[in-house]
Amino acid sequence: MRAYKPKDNVQAKAYYTDRFYVAPQVPKTAVEEDAVFAADLAAIKAKFAVKEAYIQVEQMVIYINACDIYGVLELMRDELAYTQLSEMSAIDWLAKDNSFEIFYQMLSMTKRKRIRVKYFIQKGEAVDSVEKLFRSADWSEREMFDMFGIEANNHPFMKRILMPYDWEGYPLLKSYPLEGDEFAAWYEVDKIYGKEARDIIGPELRDTARVDSYDSERFARLGHEVPKGTKITGDEPAVSQSYQEEDGVFLIKKLDKESSVIIDDPQR
Amino acid sequence: MAQVKNRLTPFFENITFERDDNELVLNFGPQHPSAHGQLRLMLHLQQEQIVKAHPDIGYLHRGMEKMAENMIYNEFMPTTDRMDYIASSSNNYGFALAVEKLIGLEVPRRAKVIRMLLLEINRLMSHLFWLATTALDIGAMTVFLFAFREREYLMDIIEGYCGARLTHAAIRIGGVPLDLQDGFLHQLRVFLNKLPQNIKDYEDLLDSNRIWLMRMEEVGVISTEMALSWGCTGPMLRASGVAWDIRKEEPYELYDEVEFNVPYSDKGDNYARYRIYMEEMRESAKILYQCIEMYEKCEKDGQTELMAHAPKYISAPKIDIMTQNYSLMQHFVLVTQGMRPPVGEVYVPTESPKGELGFYINSQGDPYPYRLKLRAPSFWHTGILTDLLPGHYIPDVVSIIGTTNIVFGEVDR
Repeated sequence: MRAYKPKDNVQAKAYYTDRFYVAPQVPKTAVEEDAVFAADLAAIKAKFAVKEAYIQVEQMVIYINACDIYGVLELMRDELAYTQLSEMSAIDWLAKDNSFEIFYQMLSMTKRKRIRVKYFIQKGEAVDSVEKLFRSADWSEREMFDMFGIEANNHPFMKRILMPYDWEGYPLLKSYPLEGDEFAAWYEVDKIYGKEARDIIGPELRDTARVDSYDSERFARLGHEVPKGTKITGDEPAVSQSYQEEDGVFLIKKLDKESSVIIDDPQR
Repeated sequence: MAQVKNRLTPFFENITFERDDNELVLNFGPQHPSAHGQLRLMLHLQQEQIVKAHPDIGYLHRGMEKMAENMIYNEFMPTTDRMDYIASSSNNYGFALAVEKLIGLEVPRRAKVIRMLLLEINRLMSHLFWLATTALDIGAMTVFLFAFREREYLMDIIEGYCGARLTHAAIRIGGVPLDLQDGFLHQLRVFLNKLPQNIKDYEDLLDSNRIWLMRMEEVGVISTEMALSWGCTGPMLRASGVAWDIRKEEPYELYDEVEFNVPYSDKGDNYARYRIYMEEMRESAKILYQCIEMYEKCEKDGQTELMAHAPKYISAPKIDIMTQNYSLMQHFVLVTQGMRPPVGEVYVPTESPKGELGFYINSQGDPYPYRLKLRAPSFWHTGILTDLLPGHYIPDVVSIIGTTNIVFGEVDR
């Protein structure tokens, strides 16, 4: 029987985990321990619902409702001096509970503090664009759409940004294999030669780690070299090799070891 | 059936190039010598003036975030080299620091000093490269030759340290793999002693050069609001009036022990950015002198540790692996299975030569990161071209792309 492989997460997994291994946690501390974060959190809590808040590795993380994101970021920008959206993207939790986690990395230059605002959406739901607040969200929301298929409402130009405009599939989903799917294997063949040439050319080999030991064009068979393109049967005679030390071919005819100089200063 | 060789249709064939309203659509790149890589710009022109710019990226997209999810942590290190390949140690460092913060490691002091030496050499290399290519774009061939000559010396020094000139992979999670080679400090000192004169040479050629000033002054002005809104960082932000340098404001490594200034300008134009790069080179030299002293002090105090001691995450020193059974077993597990950081997430920003380089790692306790987001500064410095280019003329495009200092390994990742 073949081993069962889950289809909703095809990424690399540890091949061995101890049965009794319990992964430790990165410590979380209460928000009250930092006065600046506590004040910021109180200001946000006054207007919006905050589900959870804690400090992890010097940064505050807050979980809010998906519908509040525009309001929260507007409040943070205009009243709490978080003037820059450094980064935003999504995390794929489809295999666990059919949801995406969206995070926004905020920076306040006057307070020297960073806050990560997060919320969950279900598969198929769209997020509210914050492009009107931060222009940087224009491109990051497009990237998120490109990689996860999460659309942003009210975005001016919701198109793919990194992948080709006619690509199918969302590469950063956990269900998308590292080598690409079937569409990826035929994409360039169809584009360059046309669908009708599929039989002649065949799908693209996208596994970069693949080594075909019979491929005489890309891999040398050391000691058993054959001319390029030769069909290899496996019983090629060994090629005789001769070394200079063993009275073989002389590479350097006159080497005078006494008069050679080793340069130790490259900036001579 | 014979192969139809020429079916590759360009993407822009459905765009009307000349229209009734006298607006011309010009396709710039992705293969253009002054596009600094694989930048493609769709420019809408009225006569010679740009009315709309549409940057198109993704021509160098290799899916590094996807690769990271399928690699153990140490395996990913050489891949980070390919982000900002002009200063690859700074990417190595950003990733190493993020993983160290995740697992809560303290790096030995000597390794910290070596890291700072490498980071600042990388900053100098990157700024010299910027100066050379931008000057070449504007037409100043001499500066290109001068700056590349100096960059060559730095690459020689780096090559002596790690064996590579461009893709260094010179920093490990938990420290550095090697001590500095013999002659490193001497060579660096020789270089640094010459550097002020070299920088003065560039400035003599450029500062009051009529052509340079015409192409730089009052061109590509980024206001403070625009820079903040577009997520600009590094020299792009400092040229627009915000004195924000992560090395100063949120110090990592030993940056709180060295003295340096953060140059900034309130002009926001190309010339301001040029001045900031020049001043930053001087500041980097200042930091390097202090690092040399710190290194010599480490040597005097007998601090020889180069890697952190954390048997769960970091392999023991080679001598232990070769002599002690348990260290060998641990090393074997760490190499074949990889380290398993705790469950949690971390976002660590560092000041790379281009701006804020951030690594967001979400770990679920597996040897593979569950999600790794690379925050590359150039991504947003390319995005800002959408708002920055309209109103400028065609020749300005080249000088503006030059001063944004974008590197496409980083934009597309």
